[in-house]
Amino acid sequence: MTWVNQLLNGVLLGGYYALLACGLSFMFGVMRIINLAHGDFAVLAACLIFLIADLTDISPFIALIAVLPIMAAIGWGLQRWMLERSLRAGALVPLLTTFGLAIVIENGLFEYFGADTRSLAPYIGDFAFDSWAITSNIYVGSLAVLIFAVAVVLLGGLKLFLTHTSLGREIRATAEDPDTAELVGINARAVYAIAAAIAVASAGLAGMFFAMRAVFTPYSGPEQLIFAFEAVVIGGIGSLSGTLIGGIVLGVAQTLGAQINPQGFFIAGHLVFLAVLAGRLTIAALQARGGVQRLFARRP
Amino acid sequence: MTLLHVEHLDARHGLLQAVRGVTFEIAAAETLALVGANGAGKTTLLRTIAGAHKPAAGRILFDGADITATPAYARLRTGIALVPEGRRLFAGMTVKENLLVAGVHGRPGPWNIDTVIEAFPLIAQRLNSRAANLSGGEQQATAIGRALMTNPKLLLLDEVSLGLAPVAVEAVYRSLDLLIKGGATIVLVEQDIGRALRVATRVACMLEGRIILEGAAEDMTREQVTQAYFGLRRQATS
Repeated sequence: MTWVNQLLNGVLLGGYYALLACGLSFMFGVMRIINLAHGDFAVLAACLIFLIADLTDISPFIALIAVLPIMAAIGWGLQRWMLERSLRAGALVPLLTTFGLAIVIENGLFEYFGADTRSLAPYIGDFAFDSWAITSNIYVGSLAVLIFAVAVVLLGGLKLFLTHTSLGREIRATAEDPDTAELVGINARAVYAIAAAIAVASAGLAGMFFAMRAVFTPYSGPEQLIFAFEAVVIGGIGSLSGTLIGGIVLGVAQTLGAQINPQGFFIAGHLVFLAVLAGRLTIAALQARGGVQRLFARRP
Repeated sequence: MTLLHVEHLDARHGLLQAVRGVTFEIAAAETLALVGANGAGKTTLLRTIAGAHKPAAGRILFDGADITATPAYARLRTGIALVPEGRRLFAGMTVKENLLVAGVHGRPGPWNIDTVIEAFPLIAQRLNSRAANLSGGEQQATAIGRALMTNPKLLLLDEVSLGLAPVAVEAVYRSLDLLIKGGATIVLVEQDIGRALRVATRVACMLEGRIILEGAAEDMTREQVTQAYFGLRRQATS
């Protein structure tokens, strides 16, 4: 039963990773940019929500309503004033730009908030620790279930938005071919800015749940970025449904790894990530050489 | 009435000057066929008119307004639509989505999904197929339909028959003939001189970035155009 319990909690943990990875995957899928500041945006949102909750004594869920538009505006500005300009200098420059931005955010937060660990758990009362007993031996955390549900709704909603709305179709068209998108009347610059706004706002949402389920410091961003990146790579870069699957695979690997050995939580996740990455690279190399059949074809 | 006026237009690809001092006009309901060998500058000229390529010099006036500095997406809203060389459909989207995405920012007018399907029966059964899975003819019909969804005043068609089977070319041109007879204003890049002379009201031949022969299609012989095409005749007739 312990294994089933761990498996179930791994799936739910995967919901958090999927939520965290959603914006990273979306930004790469549309703009082909890997945002190395993604984890730091999550922490920035967590700090803002903490600040509002602490100053006003309101629920973090209500504070989120104020923070999400701020994060979206930051994403919009990031694209318009930084990424758009850095993209003109080549594909590597945006990567360096977001790396630099990550350092600025971390040190800016450190300057304001200091190095103390914080958490939003005290602001949501028992909900942070409540669990439901499915059987006498299997328990699921109510917060973990909520996070998983939010991840499914966000990823599913985003997918529906991309396929069933005209703005969604414009985003997909721009992601495929920005030059041709302009020829059908789409302002690709505006679409990129909207995509960045969505990506950073979703990082903010993930940041709130991160701060509810754990403690954080101004330097927690890079670790969250690694989890998000691993979930995206495992699930397939740019694929939203793949991101959910990738998050779940990572979460299950971590919880089962911890069941095998208490120190196996992180290492099991990293090993699965490396195995998937190696598998993808091998398949890509084989395809570039003409496919698996050719590899095994008899030589004359 | 002049719809498009291009004046001393230059366009470059880095150090290479692809279009050199091109000047021409096109009136409403006219069909101008641009012919010329590969590298003559036809595609660059069309892309510059559509706003996909920045001109190095010159002016483009459309419907009386100077649109030289107008970006491509805004030019479409004024009524210029380009069907690019190689179709350039959004391969991961369905035919219907390709049409719908173009209809959002277009002008109001008679073209919608129903009228496009009526004009291009080739795609009627493929609306929910991904563009990547279409045949060449179906892709070309979708690309033209996508441009028509914007209800353009001026349709720029770049090599619509390139890479298509003869049957598909016939099907696409049958639909185009109906458009032309319906009074559409078209600039058509075409390698097939015979076809260009047949469908166009005027023909312009480009060589090394310049228009070296221009005139009414009915006044031109295939031999005249062929000579200009290969650079054997360099005097403009109009």
